[in-house]
Amino acid sequence: MASQMLLSLLVFYFYSFHLARPIHCSLGSNGIDTASVSKEEFSEELLLKPLPDRKVLAHFHFTSTSPPSASNGRHHHLFPKSIAQLVKKYKIKELELSFTQGRWNYDRWGASDPLSTRNAKPPGVELWARFDVLTKEEIDTTWGNLTNSLSGLFCASINFLESSTSHSTPLWGFLPNNGDLRYGALPREAVCTENLTPWLKLLPCRDKAGIATLLDRPSIYRGHYHSQRLKLRSDRLNGIVIEQTLSAVLQPSDRTSWSMYQLFKKIITEKCALAKSSRVFVEIEGNLGSKNENILELVGEADMVVNDQNGHSTIYQYNVERYSEHEPLDIMVNWRDPLQLSFLQAPFHASRFLMGSGNERGSIAISLQSARNFTKGLYDGSNNCFTKVVVFQVVPWYVKVYYHTLRIYVDGEIRDTKDVVEKINITPSEDKVSPGTLEMMLRFPCGMISAALTLDFDKGFLHIDEYPPDANQGFDIPSALVSFPDFISSRIYPDSISSPLLHSYKGRNVVKSYTEVLLVPLTTPDFSMPYNVITFTCTVLALYFGSMINVLRRRISEEERLAKSNDKRRPGFIPLLISRITNKIRGRKEDLADQSQSSQPLLGHKVIFKVVLIAVVATLWHYFLNTS
Amino acid sequence: MAAAAVVFRLALVFFPGDLNLGSRPEVATPLSSLRRLAEGYWLKQTSLSPYAGSMYHGSPLLLPVLGPLIVNRYFILPQRILLFVIVDFISAILIRAIGQKLFVSNRQSMNSLKLSGKKKLGMNENAGDVASLIYLWNPLTIVTCLGSCTTPIDNFMVILTIYGACSRIAPLAAFGYVMATHLSLYPAILIVPVILLLGHGLDAPPSKFFTRNTRSFSWKPVIYFIIWAIIWTCYALLLCSISLKGVGGLNEMFKKTYGFILTVEDLTPNIGVLWYFFAEVFEFFRDFFLIVFHVNILFMVLPLAIRLKHRPCFLAFVYVAIVAMLKSYPSVGDSALYLGLLGLFASELADMQFSFFLFFGYIGVTLLSPVMHNLWIWRGTGNANFYFATGLAYACLQTVLVVESVSSMLKHDRMLKKLASP
Repeated sequence: MASQMLLSLLVFYFYSFHLARPIHCSLGSNGIDTASVSKEEFSEELLLKPLPDRKVLAHFHFTSTSPPSASNGRHHHLFPKSIAQLVKKYKIKELELSFTQGRWNYDRWGASDPLSTRNAKPPGVELWARFDVLTKEEIDTTWGNLTNSLSGLFCASINFLESSTSHSTPLWGFLPNNGDLRYGALPREAVCTENLTPWLKLLPCRDKAGIATLLDRPSIYRGHYHSQRLKLRSDRLNGIVIEQTLSAVLQPSDRTSWSMYQLFKKIITEKCALAKSSRVFVEIEGNLGSKNENILELVGEADMVVNDQNGHSTIYQYNVERYSEHEPLDIMVNWRDPLQLSFLQAPFHASRFLMGSGNERGSIAISLQSARNFTKGLYDGSNNCFTKVVVFQVVPWYVKVYYHTLRIYVDGEIRDTKDVVEKINITPSEDKVSPGTLEMMLRFPCGMISAALTLDFDKGFLHIDEYPPDANQGFDIPSALVSFPDFISSRIYPDSISSPLLHSYKGRNVVKSYTEVLLVPLTTPDFSMPYNVITFTCTVLALYFGSMINVLRRRISEEERLAKSNDKRRPGFIPLLISRITNKIRGRKEDLADQSQSSQPLLGHKVIFKVVLIAVVATLWHYFLNTS
Repeated sequence: MAAAAVVFRLALVFFPGDLNLGSRPEVATPLSSLRRLAEGYWLKQTSLSPYAGSMYHGSPLLLPVLGPLIVNRYFILPQRILLFVIVDFISAILIRAIGQKLFVSNRQSMNSLKLSGKKKLGMNENAGDVASLIYLWNPLTIVTCLGSCTTPIDNFMVILTIYGACSRIAPLAAFGYVMATHLSLYPAILIVPVILLLGHGLDAPPSKFFTRNTRSFSWKPVIYFIIWAIIWTCYALLLCSISLKGVGGLNEMFKKTYGFILTVEDLTPNIGVLWYFFAEVFEFFRDFFLIVFHVNILFMVLPLAIRLKHRPCFLAFVYVAIVAMLKSYPSVGDSALYLGLLGLFASELADMQFSFFLFFGYIGVTLLSPVMHNLWIWRGTGNANFYFATGLAYACLQTVLVVESVSSMLKHDRMLKKLASP
């Protein structure tokens, strides 16, 4: 017995040993997992930039990266799970979603520095995405699902972009692609805290710790412009990278000095514990060099000061780790000299406006005014040079653009379109199906001072259900995008600063600017009239039908008499039938016999045939009604 | 007089101020607007389908004919209009020829009824001249001609059909019929009067008035007509498919032309009533009413054909008038056509009722409709309902005109009978 027990114990021991090995193994792999999870990184940055018109641009930049999803399954430490699921489910290659209130002032806040080319966005919601799906139909359905998911995630009416009337497929005007890009914009979307809260939810510390604590709602929304953005890129090598940025242009109460506390009514006391790096930058445009001290004074010792390679700007870096509750970070800038800061203009100032009056037709005009200092500096005296300008514009279907009326004026003179247009791609709008898309590459001579494009359009008339509740306010045409592919904005800073924000400045961003949103008033029908219109129209039709039938079958007295005498001689079919039936009931067969002797059996057959026919038709009708 | 009409047109063309008639909703409909044709032509030039987008809804055959004329900068406005002036002039000549043929046949039938001496009938030898002058001098025709739209061509094809049928030239009638149907679909119902014209001959009192039946239905020209119609249809479709080769097929063409006509997609205001009706009607009933409105045209085809089979020319006029009233995108050009044809029957319809009311009604509507449109669209002070009201009034006037003309034509026949059977 004892030996048997010993044996069984031995066996048990062996089994448990063998069983234990896989446990060890899994523990080991778990260890690797945690190691790879640690690759999920989060960093938070804030860039403050005094603008030439004494406003302050606050640019929050949060980056989260997730390694390729195969290594860690469905689990995430820092990375927002909802976004990872979105990317996986809809096979998104690239996506950018922006909520903007106000318009970026290209003339005063800069137009060709990386910050403005990357972050200036059109008012309302703009969404574009590229998909990793094969066919066009698949992309369209995926886009529909994506808009609905984002709509739920960000509490916005992004789902309106699902309908084919509101999104378009630009080929090269927006971003070069091979038909896998979808673009949609909702210019009228109101942006407010309900969009910011879900956006903050994606941050690991939300707005409880770190730089995001500065996002005090009243201070942010009091600004002249704010734009919150979510940009994500996903590929098999690098996994998913999301950049969440929020840019706000704020007006300090004092024109000569401001501090972070004055701007945000909050101060930073600690960094977000989960962030890999947490920094605040102050960027001063223009190479002020040693003169800095004469013009402005930064209160608070910067950890590092760097200039970019071309000497366009100076960056002061503050590490949040150094600060604590007792010694919070509060950068203060004092202006000593009322000197205007320089800023980089775009080669052309683009604006768009409507021409014409009335609610029947009009024209859209895009005007380009060259910023003289800019072009002169680049091309002086050279005769045979051209500047390329790409115009991308999406027009809703109820603005029916006549593309053959495209006129291009250069310096006030009309030019043949063939001379100026280098490449053009037009998708005309289809009524109630798709918007019109215009992508156009133009080639202007370098010395050009101004150019204008005009397009005529007819205003459409909609069904009463298609008008929004405030129909008389008008309809918005989304901003057009004018980009200048010859001009690249990039800033290269020394590698000593390893910041995702400054790293993103290195990218070759094409200088571009969004134009104004246009408000097109459309004619409205009387919304209270449907019943009246239906009854009036039907009355007129009935009048026509009734009087016409009446005229056609009317007979005047003489004809009537003739017809009556005919009737007497040969009664109609139905009276004959009735009289026959009554006769049958009364049993007077002799009358019947002399009335129609020969025709009686024939008629009888006919009647039976007709009755059977009607019965068959009725049963068939009934049958089909029931089955369908 | 005819030359004067042409000169008047040309004078108006060279009128310094821009009348901008091409964009009037009364003149140019989405189907006939030359601006849309220019867009279609431009799209085709850029190797897109002319039907891409929802701009052009006309025939692809018009594009190579009219397109270069419009888009080319070397043709200024008068040269563009010249084509339409010529087309109008030819139409008037054809109307005159129809009138003369009608008069000849009328005199023959009167002779055979031994009524030619009766003064009461007041046969008008100049009916053709009157009709052609009415057509040429009608302000609606002039406006249509100058207003750069394709309606003069549509009207010309309809007149050509009737002329071809009147003079029993089957190929010509078939050509006119096929082209008219191809351009605007509705003239398809003219097949009934055309067959009657070819089979029976021109308008005459009902055959039962004659003591011996001289007129019998001859099938030969009808069969010729049908064969020619088939040939022309194939030819037109072939040309269309060649024209649309590589940029879109015939299916797309049918969808964008006939489909566009039948589904009333464009709700731009015009002088009809359907645009406002379909802008307001509940989406759920839309299909039902579409069917009702279109069937309303077809409903009257048979009763009218039975009652007026002895007067096929008049029957054609009634059909044209009904179509002008009930079509989905009506314009004043359609009215110009039937008003011109009305002149052919001036003597038969001499004692028509309400003619004073109709005359001033037409004048009133044509004056009020642009005013209401201007108030609503341009000044923003009016309301859609005012403009719609002029459309309703116009529809009522047309109803009265059609019904009264049919009624007085029937009365005229009765009178003939009374006189013929003493």
